[in-house]
Amino acid sequence: MDFPGEQVADVLVQLGITHVVWLPDSAIGPWEHALDRPGRLELVRVCREGEAWAVAAGLHLGGRRPLVMIQNTGLFESGDALRNVLFDLHLPLLALVGYRSYLVPDSTDSARRFTEPILDAWGLDYILIRQPDELGKMADHFRACHEAGRPGVVLLAEGRM
Amino acid sequence: MSRSAAPRMPLVAALEVLVSLRQDRIVVTTMGAAREWPKLSRHPLDFHYIPSAMGEAPALGLGLALAKPTREVLVLNGDGAMLMNLGCLVTIVASGAKNITLVVLENGVYEVTGGQRTAAASVPGRAVDLAGLARAAGFASVQSFERLEDWQRQADDTLRQSGPRFIRLTVEPVADWHLESPGPLPERLARFKAALAGM
Repeated sequence: MDFPGEQVADVLVQLGITHVVWLPDSAIGPWEHALDRPGRLELVRVCREGEAWAVAAGLHLGGRRPLVMIQNTGLFESGDALRNVLFDLHLPLLALVGYRSYLVPDSTDSARRFTEPILDAWGLDYILIRQPDELGKMADHFRACHEAGRPGVVLLAEGRM
Repeated sequence: MSRSAAPRMPLVAALEVLVSLRQDRIVVTTMGAAREWPKLSRHPLDFHYIPSAMGEAPALGLGLALAKPTREVLVLNGDGAMLMNLGCLVTIVASGAKNITLVVLENGVYEVTGGQRTAAASVPGRAVDLAGLARAAGFASVQSFERLEDWQRQADDTLRQSGPRFIRLTVEPVADWHLESPGPLPERLARFKAALAGM
């Protein structure tokens, strides 16, 4: 299910997100133009997902409201940075994570198998959205996490990589 | 010139130059710099990134630079930490941030684990040129100093160059030390955030 980038961007702007720090996958990638709107949303492109958490940490410390946007494979890669900024620095960062292979029936993709157990292991508060009409659910979750001062993750159901 | 014959400056002396020139810059330190800087300077806009995510000090500094575009950010990194995240050289340039200076204190070893050589210091026959990597990534200003007197003489001009800036300082390794926290993290973070909010 394709999520329209403009709609996603509108929701993020309404939430007060100032910067999207991303390394896209094939589902998130088409949102590039919608997310790259200086004066509305700033898009920060990183080379590796660990950087995304640290850049977002600096933005947050500087008073901005960033969102990390990566795929679940990048979530695995970025574990040390996530650990540091969320649990050492205790920064309530928000992330949207592409959930590769969630929509593939009987998928044997290990990225699918380990995504939720990893989030559970980190103790992160996450929800899953499957289709565009659930963007309101995403907004509610991010808003609740922000107001509670805790990190939050939204998993975006995807097909194959 | 072989690596072993290359001149190196004492770390503390190299940092003293930056302390004298930092003005109202935001300063992010990690590894050896985080050990020494707090002994030389106490400033509300200092953030000693301990505990850190390995190699992520430049990325954290970039986030600060993007959040505070009218304020200069100085990141003091080690060469081992730099090697862990070379991609950040590209990320910094691609971001468009001009208000960031990345200083790499290069000693060729992982001091914190006992002085083992880095991969870059182990490449046979030639030194890996971190300044060259920064230049290739597109840093607007790239400078490299091996002698303290050169660094002392040119540091001010170097920091006035257009950003983003990359400065490589060749420093002597320090044996037998442990990276200790300069104080409780929650209190340090609260002070730092309050100082940033007041800017």
